[in-house]
Parts: sequence; structure tokens; C-alpha cells
Amino acid sequence: MSEQISVPTMAQYMAENKKPEVLFWVGCAGSFDDRAKKITKAFVKLLHKAGVDFAVLGAEEGCTGDPAKRAGNEFLFQMQAMTNIEVMNAYEIEKVVTACPHCFNTIKNEYPELGGNYQVMHHTQFLKSLLNEGRLKVEGGKYKGKRITFHDPCYLGRANDEYEAPRDLLRKLEVELVEMKSCKSRGLCCGAGGAQMFKDAEKGDKEVNIHRTEEALETKPDVVAAGCPFCNTMMSDGVKNKEKEDSIEVLDVAEMIANAEDL
Amino acid sequence: MQYLPQIIFLLAFSAAVLFFVKNVKQLRRNILLGKDVERKDKKQERFKKMMRVALGQSKMLTRPIAGFLHVIVYVGFVIINIEVLEIIIDGIAGTHRVFSFLGPVYNFLIGSFEILAFLVLLSVIIFWIRRNVMNIKRFLSKELKGWPKNDANYILYFEVVLMLLFLTMNAADYQLQLNEYQGYVEAGAYPISQFILPLIENMSNPSLVVLERSAWWAHIIGILIFLNYLYYSKHLHILLAFPNVYYSNLEQKGRFKNLASVTNEVKLMMDPNADPFAEFAEDDAEEIPEKFGASDVTDLNWFQLLSSYTCTECGRCTSECPANQTGKKLSPRKIMMDTRDRLEEVGLNLNKNKGEFQDDGKQLLDDYISREELWACTTCNACVEACPIGIDPLSIIMDMRQYLVMEQSAAPSELNNAMSNIENNAAPWPYNQQDRLKWAEEGV
Ligand code: SF4
Ligand code: SF4
Repeated sequence: MSEQISVPTMAQYMAENKKPEVLFWVGCAGSFDDRAKKITKAFVKLLHKAGVDFAVLGAEEGCTGDPAKRAGNEFLFQMQAMTNIEVMNAYEIEKVVTACPHCFNTIKNEYPELGGNYQVMHHTQFLKSLLNEGRLKVEGGKYKGKRITFHDPCYLGRANDEYEAPRDLLRKLEVELVEMKSCKSRGLCCGAGGAQMFKDAEKGDKEVNIHRTEEALETKPDVVAAGCPFCNTMMSDGVKNKEKEDSIEVLDVAEMIANAEDL
Repeated sequence: MQYLPQIIFLLAFSAAVLFFVKNVKQLRRNILLGKDVERKDKKQERFKKMMRVALGQSKMLTRPIAGFLHVIVYVGFVIINIEVLEIIIDGIAGTHRVFSFLGPVYNFLIGSFEILAFLVLLSVIIFWIRRNVMNIKRFLSKELKGWPKNDANYILYFEVVLMLLFLTMNAADYQLQLNEYQGYVEAGAYPISQFILPLIENMSNPSLVVLERSAWWAHIIGILIFLNYLYYSKHLHILLAFPNVYYSNLEQKGRFKNLASVTNEVKLMMDPNADPFAEFAEDDAEEIPEKFGASDVTDLNWFQLLSSYTCTECGRCTSECPANQTGKKLSPRKIMMDTRDRLEEVGLNLNKNKGEFQDDGKQLLDDYISREELWACTTCNACVEACPIGIDPLSIIMDMRQYLVMEQSAAPSELNNAMSNIENNAAPWPYNQQDRLKWAEEGV
């Protein structure tokens, strides 16, 4: 398992005059946040396993501008967007996959008008397509029969109407999928979106992530599955707050598949 | 003298229609105070959505009990209006039950109206209990105190009275028919009002006529008053839900609009060789806004203003809002109500000052919607998803945040830190952009 997987950059590919099948957009959380880096690595393992020819932008990648835009700073958002689009267009990128629903939403929905037209996929959608093409095997293993509840990321679910890809993958893991009180189009936010991740919450009687964690705990899960690095942080903090971190794991769908395969 | 009732009817009817038209004009003027926004494309798709969501009430059944009752009241309301058509023709032409020549069809129609009227009556009573006796959270919020709560109840009382008048009118008519009193030909079926007969069967024919006529008049006058009450009420939604759904946003909910004026400036900043004049020549001068974002209703677009009048204050949005559920001040319903209240205030100001707005030292921001509310939003779109009539409270929150950040640099300080990090090192945290691939070096 300690085989070193290489992560090529677009610059290296360009130098070799090659073009990858897909650009893996890592995102800020996936690049820097210790918890999210594990998701990044799990996803890379799966890409490697499925023989996907991918590359990353590395130091040429920059924040998509999502938090700036949702905070109301349209200038900063468009600066980020145009810089990224310039880089991606220079590499003639056609297909992008990312494990962050915020990056996914921004590049997919808000970049085209600014000149960035790519086919953009969330990593759960991409993994599902690998599965359908027979390039990736997902089966039972470690999580077979375990109770799993999936927390819908707002920017994958309501914002882009994708509810099934992550659930299909979980079903392939032969888990017992249990839904929370509010799920899918009525899923409750983890509290991180709209740049809330980067500020303290307004005065209230509870933190949103605690509220959502309580809903998750009501399903008595073994694992809370997530599809977003920010949701992951929020739910992990919530589970810790409830002192349940020893019995309940918060994992990204990609991590679960990688773990099941013992990658 | 024989034409007196017809004359009175015509006068009352025309007065009601004229007053209604006047209100509609004012409504239209107020809505058009908003900025333009492209919502006239994709006509077919819009029409389909309107049929599905507004006419078909597809989103109401997410909450089965309230949704089901609402469908009854709504269907009742629409169908019983066929009867109102007959009443209006009778009123103007001086006829009595002009459609009765339809025979069995007429019997069927009147019979169905009665059953619907009864179901409406039941539903309205349950609605009243839900609002006033049961502690349903979305009806207890602060923003409903006072007028909004009374308004909702007035409408319920109104409906009860109208339905009772309708049934009384039918009962008296039916009794007169049974008595074979002149002018009351046998017509219609009375599955519900027949149960009122025992109460009135001993009345003389002339008193029955008085009863029948009074109920008839009170019923139609009631409807004309209702029509004109709409403008002052959340019940405008019975009309505006249709255009509001038609013009609602068809894009993915995650797609927030990009400000074109900013695009121009950013392009200039990024490309020093660009000819500034060429850039601007492409656009109308009007497209360069005098300010970014919204601090008052006139900075919003007409669709947002239309929505503020359409909002039925049901609170489905607020009860799904994560911020509201956790006790924050933010309530998307209040955002819509505040927008409407401020717009009404601006409208009255225009009325008073011959169409010229006189500065009243107030605005939507701070005087109605506080910054604390705006910053509590997670942009999760739950409110947009929940609204049964296509309202997007989030878009107003976003426009106002834009004003706060781009015009006033008034973001919370932690957000300012995150934004300056993005500006300096392309991530919301203070990490060096050169280190973005460090995770790979650490080994996968
Ligand atoms: S988008 Fe904002 S206002 Fe709407 S439900 Fe989510 S947090 Fe509440
Ligand atoms: S915005 Fe929509 S959901 Fe919210 S109160 Fe108004 S009508 Fe109801």
C-alpha cells in the first residue's frame, strides 16, 4: 500500500506535450486542510486504481472565489475566476473533477459566463461514471451492513440537483443507508456555506452544525457520510461536541470506497 | 323603479372594478421601480412551470396536511367563481339563475359548488385552529405579530361568511322552489343547503324572498370587497403567484448572477493592453451602475419586488432555514415582508409627492433589515426550495451583502481576513500558494 502514486501537474503534462483525461481541481480545503487532505488522497488513490489519467494545477490553482462571492465581494470573485479561467484555458482543459461542491458549483455554473466552459463533475459523479464504465469496482468490504447516513451538501444537492450519485455509491458498498429527517432537497445545511466557514456565527441558541449533527445522530449511524470537505469539518466538530467521535466516524464517500478496498 | 336593483348593482360593481384597477396600476408602478432583469426568455418552459407550480400547486404537498387543505380551498375558490359569473350576469341583466336552462348540468354544477363550499368551510375552520390554537412554530414568529396575523384571520372569517351566505342563499331559494313561489323555477341541486331547510321552512314566502335577496346581495358585495381587500393583504398571492412563478429563476439554484459591470472592470485590470473606451463602448452607459448591490428597494430588480407582493407569509422558507432554526435573527419570510413594507412606503411617498420620491431618510438596509440578519445566511437555498410560489429571498440577501461589502467595506472582520487571504495568496487561509501541492509531496 505504500506504493508512491505520482500526482502530475498540468505544467509537467504540457512540457511532455500530453493532455490528461481530466483535471482534478483540488480546492483550497483539499490542498491545505489536514482533514480534507485525506479526502484528496483517498480520491487520488481511486483515480489511480481506476487508471484515470489525471493532472492537477498545483501552485497554479487558486481559490475559485466562491467564499468571496457569497460574502458579497463580486470583485474579488471575478478576479479569482478570471485568473483561474485564464490558466485553465491556456491548458485547454475540457473536463474538471473536484471533491468540493463549492468549487464544483462555481466552476460549473458561474465560470461559463466569464469565459470558462468545461465539463465539470463532482467526484461522486465521476466515481459513479467510472463504476458504470467498469473501470472501478466498488463493493461491500469493510462497511457492508453498517448503518450510514448521508449528509447532502447544499451546493451538490439543492444547488445542482444531484442527490443520487453519492447514494448510489454507498449502496454499492452494501451499507444500510438511513436517511435523516431532512434530506435530499430538504436537507439541512451544515452551517459552513455562504462564507460562514470563515466567520463566527451570529447570535442564536445553537450552532447550525450541532443542530445538523443531532439530526444525524437520531439515525444511530455508524458513519456519517459526507461529500464536501466543509460539511466534513462541520459534522466532525459536531460529533466531537457530542462526544461520539469514538463510535461514529465522519467520512467522505471517496474515503469510504478507498477504505473498503483497503487502498 | 323596476330597474333600481340593476342600477345599484352596476354602480357597486363598476366602483369595485375601478378601485381594483387603480390598485393594480399602483402595484405595477411600484414593482417597476425595480431594476430590469432578463426573465422574458424561455416562454414555453416558464409557462409549463407556471402550470405545474402555480396552477398545479406542486410544491404545496411537501407539507401534506396544510397542502391538502389549501388545495381544497383553492379549488373551491376557483370553481365557485363560475357561480359568481352567474351572479354578476343576473345582477346586471335582472335575471334569476340565468344558467338554469342548462338543466342537469346546472344541477350538477350547483351541487358541486355546495359540496365545495362545505369543504372550504371545514378547511378554513381547521386553518383557523392551526393558526390560533395549535402552537405551530411558523405561525408564531415575531414578524407575524400585529397586522400580518390579523390579516390572515380576517381572510378566514371572510371566507366563512361568504360560504355561509352562499349556502343560505341557496337554502332560501330551494325552499321557495319547493313552495312553487313565482319567479323561483325549480333548478339546481342542494346537497348541503337542504340541511338548512328545517330552520327556515316555517317562514313565509315574502320573508324567504327577503332572506334569499339579502344573502345574494351580501354575498356579491362581500366578494367585491374581498377583491379590493387583496391589495392590502398577503392574499395578493392568489393573483400574483402566477406571474411570480412564470418569471421565477430557471437557472440552477447554485448559480448566482455575475455582475456585468464588475466583469468589465476586472477585464480592464487584468489586461493592461485593453482599450478602456472600446470596452465601455460595447455596453450602454446605463449598464455602469451608480452603486453595487442593494441598500434600498429601488436597487432590487422588478422580479424581487413582484415577489415581495406575492409572498403569502406562509413561513415555509423560514421553517427550513438553518439560521432561523438555530435561533438566529434571520428569517427569509421577514426579508420578503420587509421588502414589501418598504416598497409600500416608497409607493405612498410617490403618491404624496406627485410621483417624485422625496428623501425620507430611510432605506431597506438597517431601517428594515439588519446586518445581523444578512450575515447569518449560509446561502443554502433551503428557503428558495421551500417556497411554493417561486420566491427567492436569498437573492435579496446577496444583493444587500454586495452593497455592504463593495460599497461600505462593512464585512465582519473575520471575513475581511479571509478575503484578504484570497487576494494575497489565493486561499481563504494564510497559506502560501506555492504550497498547494504539498499534500502530494507528503505521499498519497
Ligand atoms: S439561503 Fe439563507 S435565508 Fe435561505 S434558508 Fe438558507 S440560510 Fe436561510
Ligand atoms: S417567501 Fe415563499 S415560503 Fe416564504 S413566506 Fe413567502 S410565500 Fe411562504
